[in-house]
Amino acid sequence: MAHKEPQIIVLPPNKEKIKKLWRVALILLAITVFEFFIAFTMDHGPAKTFIFVVLTIVKAGYIVGEFMHLKYEAKLLFWAVLIPMIFVVWMLVTFVYEGMQIVPL
Amino acid sequence: MDQSTAAIPHGKSEWDGGASPMGISYGKLMMWFFLMSDAFTFSGLLITYGLVRSSNAAYEGAVENFQFAVTHWPIPEKVFDAVPFLHGVELPLIFVGIMTFVLIMSSVTMVLAVEAGHRMDRLAVEKWMLWTILGGITFLSCQAWEWTHFIIGTEGGTVMSGYINGRMAEYTVTGANLVQNQYGPPAFADFFFFITGFHGFHVFTGVLFNFLIFYNTVTGLYDRRGHYEMVEKVGLYWHFVDLVWVFVFTFFYLV
Repeated sequence: MAHKEPQIIVLPPNKEKIKKLWRVALILLAITVFEFFIAFTMDHGPAKTFIFVVLTIVKAGYIVGEFMHLKYEAKLLFWAVLIPMIFVVWMLVTFVYEGMQIVPL
Repeated sequence: MDQSTAAIPHGKSEWDGGASPMGISYGKLMMWFFLMSDAFTFSGLLITYGLVRSSNAAYEGAVENFQFAVTHWPIPEKVFDAVPFLHGVELPLIFVGIMTFVLIMSSVTMVLAVEAGHRMDRLAVEKWMLWTILGGITFLSCQAWEWTHFIIGTEGGTVMSGYINGRMAEYTVTGANLVQNQYGPPAFADFFFFITGFHGFHVFTGVLFNFLIFYNTVTGLYDRRGHYEMVEKVGLYWHFVDLVWVFVFTFFYLV
């Protein structure tokens, strides 16, 4: 058989999927605007920090889950990526706690 | 080796070879593991910031009366309150907000490029890759401006006191570098340069990779190869850069 150029079939845009992606983008922007709102209306303190951390994790969830498609990958990959992040949480808690015990120089 | 995503032929055992672990190709899997190691590096930087910040005294008092001093950690919104072309107008965190918007939008255009790649739609991939590159360059330009502003400092600077040649003296610090910092403890400036700098370096390499992908798309390499998986791999990297910015934005600018 003679060499043939590969036939390329262009599929039409997946409207539903694209709509979903824009919706995720809108959620991310809305959360960011909300964070701005809180930044200037709430007093500094642990409650404010807590809200920021929760909102950040929600945003991270959308980026990793939807944009990076991790939510739809094999469960083994999903957990192989997520479980090692426990070390980050542990390190964060330890180091910030230790930091509070250091006497400022 | 036309197809890098190998499916298991029917009736064959998974142990006969040719099957990708975890259902994704080798390249994507390695990209995931690289991003994990990169996540640990960024965590190290941000957590060290947390350590040093919590070991410094926080500012107590009304936000309106805040003054820069070595004795307390600065409130970020008082440091980053400038916007290009609006000299002297106090707009706290507005410019950082614009940068965040730009990066999130470029992440959306990237994921649209990936979607177009799945459909073998070369023109759409080209279009969305160009938008992504533009977003990346815009972000880098914004960062260049922010760094310049941070390094040059505000008019008049800050009067600080400390030991010079063994004697207590008052001196004026304008702007910031790795040793001196008009906005507060020098460590604050160090972390600013290292964290946003390391992130900016990632954006820079991301733009280079994106351009490479754009070039290969235009020359028809992925059409000949029969799939646009490279767009997905670089897309993973680009989303990760966006993800890191989400954390930097929260822990450096908001908290």
